[in-house]
Amino acid sequence: MNYKKDFPIFTNQKDLVYLDSAATSQKPKQVIEAIKDFYENKNSNVHRGLYLLSENATKEYEESREAVSKFINASSEEIVFVKNATEGFNLLSNSIKSALSSDKDEIVLTEMEHHSNLVPWQIFAKKYNFKLRFIPITKNYELDYEIAKEIINEKTALVSFTYSSNVLGTINNTKTLTHLAKKVNAISIVDAAQSVAHLKVDVKEIDCDFLVFSSHKMFGPLGVGVVYGKKELFDKMDTFIVGGGMIDNVEFQSSSYKDSPKKFEAGTQDIAGVIAFKSAIEYINRIGFKGIKEYERKLLNYLLNRLNEIEGISIFNPGKDKSIALVSFNLKGIHPHDVAHILSEGGIAIRTGNHCCMPLIQKLMEFQLCEFSGVCRASLSIYNTFEDVDKLILGLNRVKEIFKNGS
Amino acid sequence: MDHEIYKEQILDLFRNPLNKGILENFTHEAIRRNPICGDEIKIQLKVEKEIIKDVKFSGIGCAISQASASLITEKIKRMNVEETLKLNKEEIFELLGIPISYMRLNCAILPLEVIQEALRKKC
Repeated sequence: MNYKKDFPIFTNQKDLVYLDSAATSQKPKQVIEAIKDFYENKNSNVHRGLYLLSENATKEYEESREAVSKFINASSEEIVFVKNATEGFNLLSNSIKSALSSDKDEIVLTEMEHHSNLVPWQIFAKKYNFKLRFIPITKNYELDYEIAKEIINEKTALVSFTYSSNVLGTINNTKTLTHLAKKVNAISIVDAAQSVAHLKVDVKEIDCDFLVFSSHKMFGPLGVGVVYGKKELFDKMDTFIVGGGMIDNVEFQSSSYKDSPKKFEAGTQDIAGVIAFKSAIEYINRIGFKGIKEYERKLLNYLLNRLNEIEGISIFNPGKDKSIALVSFNLKGIHPHDVAHILSEGGIAIRTGNHCCMPLIQKLMEFQLCEFSGVCRASLSIYNTFEDVDKLILGLNRVKEIFKNGS
Repeated sequence: MDHEIYKEQILDLFRNPLNKGILENFTHEAIRRNPICGDEIKIQLKVEKEIIKDVKFSGIGCAISQASASLITEKIKRMNVEETLKLNKEEIFELLGIPISYMRLNCAILPLEVIQEALRKKC
């Protein structure tokens, strides 16, 4: 299997070993072509013009909504386009209050949330005097489901958690959590940003109320995110960003709004991005999740085995059967920044730092698993090869050599 | 691979930093976090009659930040406060003697910034 050839960046940057797909994935030529095609042949605003160009753009924009809904087994009126997953969580935290039961005042998150699924709820909690509670992680890098059973209780208004961790790779047991939420009549929100490119995400199977992800982590353009939500909940929610495009009738003193999902799409959207997003979905569908999973599993297994050969390495991962295709690690006594810097001189791109998960990194330090306030992360995608992994290992051995002997 | 920035001097200072530790009887202190990596650096100074008599730094950091902290603390010992407040990133680059990229700028200049913050606080 050679998917590298589908991605022009690897033709143009011959020495690039890209191991940062969890930050953003590379784009296949179909997606890049679709953006170019839109601006060269179709550029116009949607839902406004009564001329052919605008009608066609509107049709394609709505076809993308349809493609996204099928991709996660939803229906198109349950799909709202936003700028990115972060904006998706901001939409929810700003608008959801009116859809919550009035007798509950706790929100349950997990200790492995990205800041985008933490900070908005901190602000929500302060504003409405809610309490935030956290499902802890264990020393095996998994969620503690026994404690989850206790803290998701009749006080819980909503449970918002990540499908898979962008630092640990851990694939969480989403169904267990959504069912715990359902039992106490709490709303469930799933952050699928790290999952959508790696495994089949099915909102009916997960049985969640909301699901948030972004296009750019699944081979699509930057600037497009998705909020899936149950129609009856969307309808109960307040507006978020308001103005043109989302109104029904406007008078000088008051306005009424369109039904969801359009109620939440104010102003001109990234139309080219949304339309090209459909090409990314088609690209994934053509390969199929069976093929993606099998190949990524082999790569992840190889990466874990090769990393384990390195003396003095700490690995923060629950194991190949419990993780998406990424591994965080540290080399003993060598700061992650220095590791990434030296690797980058050999064309190897990894991410280091706190990965927008400062409380999680603090927890790893408390467990005495991590000596720095950051970790190195190598994340894989279908275009990566066994050779890429070999180059990373060679690079890491070189880092160790430099720090032992000097250059 | 050409490791322009990981020269022996930098690695040496990472392994054996200068002026690292805790200062008894300090007169000025500041602590700040590097927003990119989350590393914290603490600076303590002992100033007498506007002269920096002693200075120590503490905290975990990358090779660049540790080397920069070692070199700048060494440089400002016995300097007066006013001159120290005038130092800028150019002096740091000169001390380090290596090219500093945009992404590593914070690592390199953080120790000086924390020193100046400490001196401004109580002066």
